[in-house]
Amino acid sequence: MTTVLILAVLALVAIAIWQMTKIFELSQLKAESSQIANDSDNKTNGYLLFAFLIFIYGITIFSFWNYSKFLLPEAASEHGQDYDGLLLVSMVIIFIVQTITQALLHYFGFKYRGKEGRKALFYADNDRLEFIWTIIPVIVLAGLILWGLYTWTTIMDINDEDDPIVVELYAQQFSWTARYAGNDNVLGDANVRMIDIDKANVLGVDESDTYAADDIIVKEIHLPVGRKVNFKMRSQDVLHSAYMPHFRAQMNCVPGMITEFSFTPIYTTEEMRQNPDVRDKVKRTNEIRAERAANGEDNSDPWEFDYILLCNKICGKSHYNMQMKIIVETQEEYDAWMAEQKTFAETVLKQNTAQTAMNTVD
Amino acid sequence: MSVTAHAHVDDHAHDDHAHHHKQTFVTKYIFSQDHKMISRQFLITGLIMGVVGIAMSILFRMQLAWPGESFGVFEALLGKWAPEGVMDADVYLALVTIHGTLMVFFVLTQGLSGTFSNLLIPLQIGARDMASGFLNMVSYWLFFISSVIMVCSLFVEAGPAAAGWTIYPPLSALPMAQPGSGMGMTLWLVSMAIFIASSLLGSLNYIVTVLNLRTKGMSMTRLPLTIWAFFVTAIIGVVSFPVLLSAALLLIMDRSFGTSFFLSDIFIQGEVLHYQGGSPVLYEHLFWFLGHPEVYIVILPAMGIVSEVMAVNARKPIFGYRAMIASILAIAFLSTIVWGHHMFVSGMNPFLGSVFTFTTLLIAIPSAVKAFNWITTLWKGNLQMNPAMLFSIGMVSTFITGGLTGIILGDSTLDINVHDTYFVIAHFHLVMGISALYGMFAGIYHWFPKMFEGKMMNKNLGYVHFWVTAIGSYGVFFPMHFVGMAGVPRRYYENTAFPMFDELTDIQVLMTVFAIITALVQLVFAFNFVRSIFYGKVGPKNPWKANSLEWTTPQEHIHGNWPGAIPEVHRWAYDYSKVDENGEYVIAGQDFIPQTVPLQEGEEELQH
Repeated sequence: MTTVLILAVLALVAIAIWQMTKIFELSQLKAESSQIANDSDNKTNGYLLFAFLIFIYGITIFSFWNYSKFLLPEAASEHGQDYDGLLLVSMVIIFIVQTITQALLHYFGFKYRGKEGRKALFYADNDRLEFIWTIIPVIVLAGLILWGLYTWTTIMDINDEDDPIVVELYAQQFSWTARYAGNDNVLGDANVRMIDIDKANVLGVDESDTYAADDIIVKEIHLPVGRKVNFKMRSQDVLHSAYMPHFRAQMNCVPGMITEFSFTPIYTTEEMRQNPDVRDKVKRTNEIRAERAANGEDNSDPWEFDYILLCNKICGKSHYNMQMKIIVETQEEYDAWMAEQKTFAETVLKQNTAQTAMNTVD
Repeated sequence: MSVTAHAHVDDHAHDDHAHHHKQTFVTKYIFSQDHKMISRQFLITGLIMGVVGIAMSILFRMQLAWPGESFGVFEALLGKWAPEGVMDADVYLALVTIHGTLMVFFVLTQGLSGTFSNLLIPLQIGARDMASGFLNMVSYWLFFISSVIMVCSLFVEAGPAAAGWTIYPPLSALPMAQPGSGMGMTLWLVSMAIFIASSLLGSLNYIVTVLNLRTKGMSMTRLPLTIWAFFVTAIIGVVSFPVLLSAALLLIMDRSFGTSFFLSDIFIQGEVLHYQGGSPVLYEHLFWFLGHPEVYIVILPAMGIVSEVMAVNARKPIFGYRAMIASILAIAFLSTIVWGHHMFVSGMNPFLGSVFTFTTLLIAIPSAVKAFNWITTLWKGNLQMNPAMLFSIGMVSTFITGGLTGIILGDSTLDINVHDTYFVIAHFHLVMGISALYGMFAGIYHWFPKMFEGKMMNKNLGYVHFWVTAIGSYGVFFPMHFVGMAGVPRRYYENTAFPMFDELTDIQVLMTVFAIITALVQLVFAFNFVRSIFYGKVGPKNPWKANSLEWTTPQEHIHGNWPGAIPEVHRWAYDYSKVDENGEYVIAGQDFIPQTVPLQEGEEELQH
């Protein structure tokens, strides 16, 4: 059926093109047969350029009106607030420049459309103008560069101040695993060469390293609100990227290397669910999902907002579905959750029992 | 010096004339050493690759808009990769990979540069042909072989390369990581290695030709901006393409000979591999050392074409000729030291990120100068709205829209959250994809008469082509910024695994519909192009009333370009609407003064 439809559309398009050329050819018999723009072409296209300017503004306004609500909600991390500020200022600058330059470009196209006998102005050079539009970008960009670099250096300064929690993010095709450093807050050594599938030591944690004994391996990240987290990323096979859009955080996971990112979550998952933007989003999404459920389609379960970790570097077939839930909670909830988890020593190092090395998601 | 060079060229040309008469079909159309024929070969090969590349983009856009839906066209075109008409996730990645490769390298590098550098360099500088016609022919045939290999790789059992057009290892190095990394990737690498050889031979030829074969009076500061752009593009190509070759060779060694340049500590499918000590980050550095200059290799020729076409059709000199050259040079220089902005979150030292932020935002300055100069060129002009002119104006528009978001992406801080999302896709498609394509279309419409012996393309079909394309491209890529800022990563086969992306499906549908319309209207162009080659009406010798030298050659193609002596040049290429003290055109009744016209009495040659 679709094939027939597509063939029909293609045939119609072909006929339309054929007819159009026919029409153009016929109309040209009366007028001149030249393929060079004449005054009437200049006029039509001049007006169309002006209309196109309105179209550009239109699609901008349309997109903002309809799609702004789709943008990520307020940043849920400390540095994310700075990020959003810088983003806003950059966006404002961009839109001012965009509005002015597009207006000039298309308006000049409309205003100076060719007419027989019009004399163009021979205007080849003006050093002052060149200077002005060199120096203005220089000043604006200097400001943005300085602000950007200051923020960047702050974000990327990963240190042990303020007693951070150390968490390893471990990437593989196509899932994430997290390892908490445990009571000593030091991760045990690990290398893919120490992976022992039989003993379920899937992260290759060094069993002889004393720091490793209290490490906790989980499939869902829990973070206490307001406490800095230092992430150490590893990958066992190909490049992955740990992307946590709500926290304005991203870092690639590179086999053979440990990469780092650090942030401080400032809203618990529960608080974020109460954020008006997020509530609206959940509502809209659940309407879509309800409709799907009514039609008996997939992906129709009601959704509740959660922070999420996505893979954002092409990693193979199931790249599109490599995710892990992140839960930000109060210190008490976090402690309670942590107390339930089994350490590396309790799982892998005591392999006599049949239990898995990893804490499962309840 | 230029006089002797000139004399030498003349002699040489006469030699050629003596024995070029008995041309066979093979030497004229296939193994031709004539730059005009080679440029046609590049153009047509490039356009065919463009058809394949754009068709692929429509396939994966359909998958994005209607995820998991069954389409007859998938089944027909993808065969076993679309069981029951539903696209497979592996072939989705293959499609985006090959789409990127074809469009960036085959269409916008050799299709654009190869075509117009070959056509215009000898014609606009006043040379009989390229410095080496033979190397030029070899360059095309290497390009052809690499195109054939790339197309063949689509039919490999396990599928073509699918690791993204950047083919980052280890994904591209390990056949067990994805099916496309087997034979498909091998063919991709072989094809690209040959492509690089082709590009280098072409570039060296362009550089030598521009430096040595300019006609008498054609100083560097009298060159049309097209030539400046092609010349500088060729230099960037020579500087950066060899580095991609080294990356490709090292990757071939890692893949086939067990070396560990890019691989280390890998555990995949239940076993530890022997690789130790390499780093994928090294590959990223090598790749982007080419990859970033590459986007300027793509856009600079388009900029050159737009500058020339815009001046001709505005009947005004290009504003700030020297500033335009300076900004081309500045962009070229900066383009080689900004590659790290693709790697802010790759795990490289954050301090390096700071340096690359600085250089990257600097490149906005020459780009801004160019945009303002184009706008000023339109001011108080007498704009002739030929299709080429419309595409030039469109190019400035998309270049600004796409370029501005570069301020976000080039800033290491802001890149963190939009890196590898659809925001990036929207940015580079507007600023280099669409803009370069517009430049290419402007060039085709403008120089079609030169390329096909005076025949003109139909202007009305050209208008239909432009306006639908202009609306469609904004329709596809403007809303895409919002998808990116909603956090949707690129190269996702479908977004259904994340409820937070559910409500974006409508935008995806909108973009796909625009994409299909835009792709279909390219058929109007294809029709116009092919029809005009065979049935186009022959127009005047200098249809656009342009100053540059190519329009002084006869419409019919002859080997050696000019039947008599090569014309001498007396002025720059932009004396449009120049007036004397009385406000009258310097040549009465004519608003342009070809470069071959000597300075008139009392006329002042401006120091442009």
